[in-house]
Order: sequence, then C-alpha cells, then structure tokens
Amino acid sequence: MEPFRRHEGRMAPLDRANVDTDQIIPKQFLKRIERSGFGPFLFYDWRRNDPGFVLNRPEYEGATVLVAGANFGCGSSREHAPWSLQDAGFRAVIAPSFADIFRTNCLKIGLLPVALPEASARRLLELAEEDPATTVTVDLESRTVSAAGFCEGFELDPYARECLLNGWDAVALTLRHEDEIAAHEARRESWLPAITPP
Amino acid sequence: MSATLAQKIWDRHVVRSAPGEPDLLFVDLHLIHEVTTPQAFESLRMAGRRVRRPDLTVATMDHNTPTLGGRAAADDVGRRQLDALEENCRWAGIRLFELGSPHQGIVHVIGPDLGLTQPGLVIVCGDSHTSTHGAFGAIAFGIGTSEVEHVLATQCLHQRRPRDLAVTIDGPLPPGVVAKDVVLGLIARAGIAGGQGCAVEYRGSTIRDLSMEGRMTICNMSIEWGARVGMVAPDDTTFAYLEGRAHAPRGADWDRALDAWRALPTDPEAAFDEEIRLDAHELQPFVTWGTNPGQAAAVTGRVPEPANEDEARALRYMALTPGTAMQDIAIDRVFIGSCTNARLEDLRAAAAVVRGRRVHPRVRAMVVPGSALVKLEAEAEGLDRVFADAGFEWRDAGCSMCLGMNPDVLQPGERCASTSNRNFEGRQGAGGRTHLLSPPMAAAAALTGHLVDVREIIGEEVAR
Repeated sequence: MEPFRRHEGRMAPLDRANVDTDQIIPKQFLKRIERSGFGPFLFYDWRRNDPGFVLNRPEYEGATVLVAGANFGCGSSREHAPWSLQDAGFRAVIAPSFADIFRTNCLKIGLLPVALPEASARRLLELAEEDPATTVTVDLESRTVSAAGFCEGFELDPYARECLLNGWDAVALTLRHEDEIAAHEARRESWLPAITPP
Repeated sequence: MSATLAQKIWDRHVVRSAPGEPDLLFVDLHLIHEVTTPQAFESLRMAGRRVRRPDLTVATMDHNTPTLGGRAAADDVGRRQLDALEENCRWAGIRLFELGSPHQGIVHVIGPDLGLTQPGLVIVCGDSHTSTHGAFGAIAFGIGTSEVEHVLATQCLHQRRPRDLAVTIDGPLPPGVVAKDVVLGLIARAGIAGGQGCAVEYRGSTIRDLSMEGRMTICNMSIEWGARVGMVAPDDTTFAYLEGRAHAPRGADWDRALDAWRALPTDPEAAFDEEIRLDAHELQPFVTWGTNPGQAAAVTGRVPEPANEDEARALRYMALTPGTAMQDIAIDRVFIGSCTNARLEDLRAAAAVVRGRRVHPRVRAMVVPGSALVKLEAEAEGLDRVFADAGFEWRDAGCSMCLGMNPDVLQPGERCASTSNRNFEGRQGAGGRTHLLSPPMAAAAALTGHLVDVREIIGEEVAR
C-alpha cells in the first residue's frame, strides 16, 4: 500500500446522504478479475444519466477529495467501490460518517476516509460549491483537514493511522505473529467444522 | 463475570491483544465466491504466500451464475471469473461447490444447509450479507477483498470490539406478518445507519418463536441498518436444525458441542451498551417505497410526503406520488429469491399463497431457490409444480436478480416486487424499481399485478 501522510487537492462536492456502493460502482463491472481500471465506471449511472452530476462538471475535473453526506459507502462489501474512487484519482473521502465495511476497505488500500461533524462536512461542501478551485489539505500526521479559513481535527483508529502513514502490508504484519496463531489453532476444539480439501 | 453472547465468542477467538492494536481474531470459517476473491488470490500468489487453512475455507459459485442454461449461458467476462475461482481453488486445495454440484448455491444458504454454520464460530465472507450466519449464534460479518486476502494468508483478522446492541421484540406476530416484516419494520424505525459499529443481538419471545429460516432473514438484513454483526442466541430450535446435517458434529462430539453451545447465550446480568424494544403487535406487512431498505410503509398505508431532498429524490426515481395507496402500485415483475428469502420455508410460504391461482397476465414472475439442495427439497414436495402451474418461472439456484450480475435483470422503468434485501437505484437492473417485501406478499402481488395485502388474498385465518 502507498503510504498516506498529507494530501492537498481540490474537492468534488457530492451533497447526498446514504450513497451506497451500488451507485459508486454498479454490479456489471464487478465481473472483472483485475484490481485496477475501475475509474471510468465510478458512479456510472449517475454520470450517464445526469449531465449536472458533480463528476460531469468540468470545474471539478481533477478533484482528488470527495466530500459527501452521512453514511457514505453503505450496502455491498465490494472493495471495487474504493478501488474505483482511487483509480479515478481520489485520495480521500470526507463525510459525516461511513458504513463500516466501506471504511475498512478504504483503509486497507490507502484511500483515507475522514469523518467530520455534520456541520463541518457541510461547510466543506459549501466551500467546494462556492469556489471549485478551493484546495483542501488532509494531513494524517496532525489529523487535521484545512481549507480557506477552515480547520478541523479528525479521529482515526491509531493502528489504522500507523499502517497508512507507513504504507505497511497488513498480511506481513500479522504473519509476524504466526506463533500466536499456531498456538490458538492448537487450542481449538477437535469437533469444530472443517472441510477436507479435495 | 457476566458477558453477552457476542463478548463470549469474541473472547474465545482473540489470538493476540496488544495495547493500541485492534484484537487479532481467529476465523473458524471463511466462505468465498467468484466475485470478491480473484484479486485476493492474485495478490497472495504475487507475494509468494499460501492459503493457511484450506480446510476452513469453502467456495461456491453464486453471484454471477446464470439460473438457466448453466455455465455455458454466462457471458465471457462472467465465465472468466468462474474459471478463475476454479483455478484458485485447485491451486490452494479449497473445496469448491461449482455449478452443477448438489451443494452449490448462495453462499449464505449453503453454509447452514451443510451444517458448517454453527453456534460460537467466527465466520467471514467477502459479502455484506454474511451477517445471515449470526442466526446460529455466531459472529459473522462481511469483509472486502483485501481482508479476504488477509484471512486466506493468516486465518485471522484485525478487528475492534463492536458495541453491544440488544434488539428486544416481544409478543406473537399478527396474522400475515413474517420475519421479513419484522426486520423491515425495525429498519424503518432505527434508520439505515442505526446499527453502525454494533454487534446486534435479536432477543425476546418473538425471536425465540421464529424458525431458523426466520432468524436468518432477520440477521441477513442486519447490514441494511449498518450493523456489523446480527445474532440470535442458540437454543433447541438451533440444535434441532443442525443435528444430522453433513458437517454437524456427531456422536460424542455432538454432546461436547451441545455443552459448549448451551453456555453461549448472554448471561442474565450482562449489560448491553444500547437497547431497542419493539412490540410484535405493532408490526404489519411492510413494503418499501423508496431506494433504501429503511424507506418502508405498511402495505395498508400510503406513499409518504418526502421529509427531505433525499426522500424526494427517491420518490422521483421510483416514479411515485405522495399520497398514493401502496396497494394501488402496479408491478411488472416478481422475484422470489436471494439469501434473505429463498430457503425452503420461504418457498413453502409463497407456494401456499400461489397454490391453485394464476399469475396476473401482465406480470413476469420468477422463483430462484437459494441453493441446489433447497431446489431439490422443494421439488420433492411438488412446490415447483405449484409455481409452474401458476405461471412462475422455476430457476436454478444463485443470487440472480437480487443484484442482477447474471442475465436476470429488470429493464429500465420496470417495477418489481422482490423478496431480496436492497432497493437501491439500479440494483436489480439500471433504471429498475424495486419494492422489498416478504415471500407471501411477493406471491400475492404476482397474482394481482399490484402490491396487495396478502391477508386479503388468503384470509386472516390462513395467514395465521
């Protein structure tokens, strides 16, 4: 994973609550077996059906921070959703809250989910709408978001933050504890279900 | 010390607990399917790693599989995904129930079918409806592809302990009201993010009186109100369901397992962080009118006035006018299927409404059993004839039109009464409009061509 320390970029305001992962990446694109190349399909139906949709507006081209409403990323667990955001150039998503699985998926790939209080997220939406050229800085080291007279701290799980700052490979970290995993395996009851491999 | 069901299971699965780190939890059962795993296997191989516990990993094909014509009917991209799963399972030595196998089916239906889903386990799958397995008193949750890779490589996951939320529902269900109505009513009240960060335990006499199938329907939709985990304490209903299934413990092991399972339920003095209470007698048959599962109304009610721009947008997408009686909404399609409502009991309940009647001429109706085994069991009871005689299509098992990754999709503008779990925009096909409801209510809608109170079709006595 690419480390995430600090990012400065322009915002795309998506003023909708409960944006589900079916909207972020519709199912017909989930048949691909590659991890990259999902960017063109991001918000496919909304982009196709609504000329005024934020990602169709030239003034938001090149935006790298998505600002959205509460409960962003609800629904399906498809990691294709954060992949498509990342592939389309986004480095962070700011919203009042995130669905659990989506947030975890983002953290695993280095796309930073930043939860801000409702009023602060609203202020950023307004800033981005008033002046699309406004830049925002998301600083993971200081855990702050700042933009044109706006500055607000945010919380992030300290372990997830450490992994992001260093770009650590989560599997490699866990494999350092292989002896503890083996010890747990040795303690498991013999009657627990197992399927004989073919 | 007293503890909740979730706390007890959690504590028994902690491999490592260190200050500042989430707990490292051991995973007893990892269910995999074709859509959310190819990239995980690819990364694993690129890193030169192996699958740690193929014996605790089970694969099936369900999400993109055709329900007519088998694998040959899949498109090229879909078939490539099925081929990739087959190749990955062969490489790792993982048991795969491919299309055509008597054990193939929706991943959340085959786990219980096979007796692999058991009380006290930690179960994960790259699918948000993994919460279904919580009905057995297991901690079960959906994960993304990076976490699938992590579990394949380590059989563990880093997790923060969830908050404990009790949902207590007491009283007998009114006539015509089934498990699906319980969970739709709950979500309408709690909101679609109401369970965020929580392990939900469904409790109370209403839940105790439900079958395993009904409990699975409720736990399945835990994710639809944001909960990480939804569970029901194991009891005699659970044990009776499990006994004799292919992978359930046998002989002396069965007795040992029973002793362990009986110690799992939440202790009487244990405290939950939060509690929601519902009275069963307030519940009615519910149908969604909007584009998320919390936007539901009683079938006897009306399409509401929008309370905000998101609701107004939902009504525009659904092409509905506030004040319209729910029962005046005409439908084009009916889908009886999905990991929410495609088990044998669901098909029986729908068939009881359909028997001896005809599907409305304008409606195209389809039944997609949850698994190949459910299909066989239903056919042994003649349910396939009941549906076919009424004009329903009787298909092969899979996720099908719940998410429309296979050829079963709505056309733009089509309106569907569906027993599935999500009514998101375009979920069942771009431009399609979904109304979520129970299997008996879906069956009733198929007969009349519009949303209808099932109690009017079959009478209150039968609905009981």
